[in-house]
Amino acid sequence: MQAKLSVVALSIASVFALSACGEKEAPKPVEAPPAAAPVAPPPKPEVTVKLGHVAPMTGPQAHLGKDNENGALLAIEELNAQGLEIGGAKVKFELLAEDDQADPKQGTIVAQKLVDAKVNGVIGHLNSGTTIPASKLYSDAGIPQISGSATNPKYTQQGFKTAFRVMANDIQQGKALGEFAAKQGVKTVAIIDDRTAYGQGLADEFKKGAEANGLKVVATEYTNDKATDFKAILTKIKSKKADLVFYGGMDAQGGPMAKQMADLGIKAKFLGGDGVCTPEFMKLGGAATEGHFCSLPGMPLEKLAKGPEFKDKFVKKFNGEIQLYAPYVYDAVMVMADSMKRANSVEAAKFLPEIGKTNYDGVTAKITFDEFGDLTGGAISVYQYKGGKLEYVTTVGAPVDVAKAEVKEAVGEVKEAVKAVAGAAAEAGKDAIKAGADAVKDAAEATKAAVEKK
Amino acid sequence: MDIFLQQIINGLVQGSIYALVALGYTMVYGIMGLINFAHGEVVMIGTLVTISVAGFLIKAGMPVMFAGLAGLTVSVLVCMALGWGLERVAYRPLRNAPRLTPLITAIGMSIVLQNVAMIIWGRNYLTFPALLPSVAFEFAGAHFTAVQVIIVLVSALTMLALLFLIYRTRLGMAMRATSQNPAVASLMGVNINRVIAAAFIIGSALGALAGVMVGTYYEIAHYQMGFMLGLKAFTAAVLGGIGNLAGAMLGGILLGLIEALGAGYIGDLTGGFLGSHYQDIFAFLVLIVVLMFKPSGLFGEKTGDRA
Repeated sequence: MQAKLSVVALSIASVFALSACGEKEAPKPVEAPPAAAPVAPPPKPEVTVKLGHVAPMTGPQAHLGKDNENGALLAIEELNAQGLEIGGAKVKFELLAEDDQADPKQGTIVAQKLVDAKVNGVIGHLNSGTTIPASKLYSDAGIPQISGSATNPKYTQQGFKTAFRVMANDIQQGKALGEFAAKQGVKTVAIIDDRTAYGQGLADEFKKGAEANGLKVVATEYTNDKATDFKAILTKIKSKKADLVFYGGMDAQGGPMAKQMADLGIKAKFLGGDGVCTPEFMKLGGAATEGHFCSLPGMPLEKLAKGPEFKDKFVKKFNGEIQLYAPYVYDAVMVMADSMKRANSVEAAKFLPEIGKTNYDGVTAKITFDEFGDLTGGAISVYQYKGGKLEYVTTVGAPVDVAKAEVKEAVGEVKEAVKAVAGAAAEAGKDAIKAGADAVKDAAEATKAAVEKK
Repeated sequence: MDIFLQQIINGLVQGSIYALVALGYTMVYGIMGLINFAHGEVVMIGTLVTISVAGFLIKAGMPVMFAGLAGLTVSVLVCMALGWGLERVAYRPLRNAPRLTPLITAIGMSIVLQNVAMIIWGRNYLTFPALLPSVAFEFAGAHFTAVQVIIVLVSALTMLALLFLIYRTRLGMAMRATSQNPAVASLMGVNINRVIAAAFIIGSALGALAGVMVGTYYEIAHYQMGFMLGLKAFTAAVLGGIGNLAGAMLGGILLGLIEALGAGYIGDLTGGFLGSHYQDIFAFLVLIVVLMFKPSGLFGEKTGDRA
């Protein structure tokens, strides 16, 4: 009996140990299927467009997964209410929601399921760790994929024509946060990550950004995306006397971490990426989150033209706050529908090229993609937790392209004004010259303003 | 040095939580040789019930301390009923089934309970109301809070109470008899069903207590919190010798200390080759080594071959 017991115990222990180690290995995607032929819309007046949506609906990140799904549901509902017609048929959108448990292995399984279901496009996944292995399956099947939240740069760097994202990636975010930390007068930083593709990727990019700005990394510690106790690693960080603790990971760990920092008497500031920029973080960390910082790609919702309207719609429909990525997922669905409209087809093969040419005025940004499928000129905004609210601090790494475009526009105005002066001179009207000169002055000021903004 | 002391405190508190949960595993295993994998979920239900009850009472204007005690009482009662129900519904019909069957059933019950909790309490994280005033102490550069002291004390007292129950009461005697040989015990007039049900009820009450402690300490709760905690506590129970109360306590504290010291020093010891994400390796390495040389665990007793 004893021998039996130890065998049972050992095997359980080893299974657990294996699964703990296995998380770091790149999961092998399940064997790719032969490129499935995209569904041809039946020659009926009504056609159903199936969009796959994948996010963790169970497990520690289930609240974020539900939030993403709500974003997608809202978009689908609006699209159906519009009564779109594409290619002569009335289009009905349908969401096939899948749960990947934030687990890379499960991510490929549900991706295969969506491929087999012959979906027209995929929105998601939520986590970089699941998005990256799944993107190969979608690419092989020729199914367009737009993620609203997978920020690891690798996702779009694999050379897949089907992979897009509507959020700035972690290279941009890490760089911006490094700059921000340096501006706060921080000299030494400690970095913690949760060993997921997202957390590790962001932490690595932050490290580069911090070192580029002359900061010293005094400790690098690790946890996992299911942990609740961080006292051991925080105690070690305390002994290294860091001015700032950076966490690459999600809110479910970040909140308790901020709290345990306070318990241990650590006075360093806490800084995290988009994963901790949530109401949940403040709920979990309580008073200990006060004064800490986090960042989100894009501009704050309140500062965007369509932001407040979206927020109202969302809160009204789902009777709860937006957690994090819902507006981005909403935009992802809209971008896909917009591409179908422009291609006048719901066939993946036909509307895929149109996604790359997207120029869509979404809730979160004016969405255009670069050659990799990354959002062009994504801005990064930094927020501070104050009195249980996220307070907008600054936008770092301003959207370069936007600023450039503004300068260009202003220069154009100057040129036009000069032309106007010349024209006026030809007419030899004194008043006309004055008006022209005023126009030059105005345009010059506009240029100056645009340059300053940049 | 202050860092070392802090890590010892971290490990001691974490270990006491493991120990408190491990007592529930060991209690059931000692009597009927069943690893009740649903025990972690009982702990989770204990935490969530306390949140609901205490939260409701605090809103109704009751002082926080009383609301907390009321929450604890209700959650202990709910978990006792749950433990009894689990035994009655899932394990009793399988008492004479092959050894593996109840084990698989236990894992199944664990999944069922997780999903029921998800339906009732939702997917979001819940905040546990601050039941105890957060008083912090500083000793030789190490920080600790009143909650941490209480956790260590409660675990120690619970273990002593259990030892008293097992070795000084009639029920305890019946439990020991059932553990040694259920057939003979029943011939001697011991009501086996009642003894086993009692073991589940007491174990689940301990689970509820552990759940409240975990909730007070981390101040968060989630329907999946029981899984990892249960796994670690099970490891602790095996490490100390499953079926042995003192072993569960010792195994829990040992595991907590190994984890804290492992996470704190593994990076420096290996020159940065292994980081703090390898902290679990220490715990499982110790477990494997102990089982290799002492298959019944550190304090394990030789039990009869039955299931």
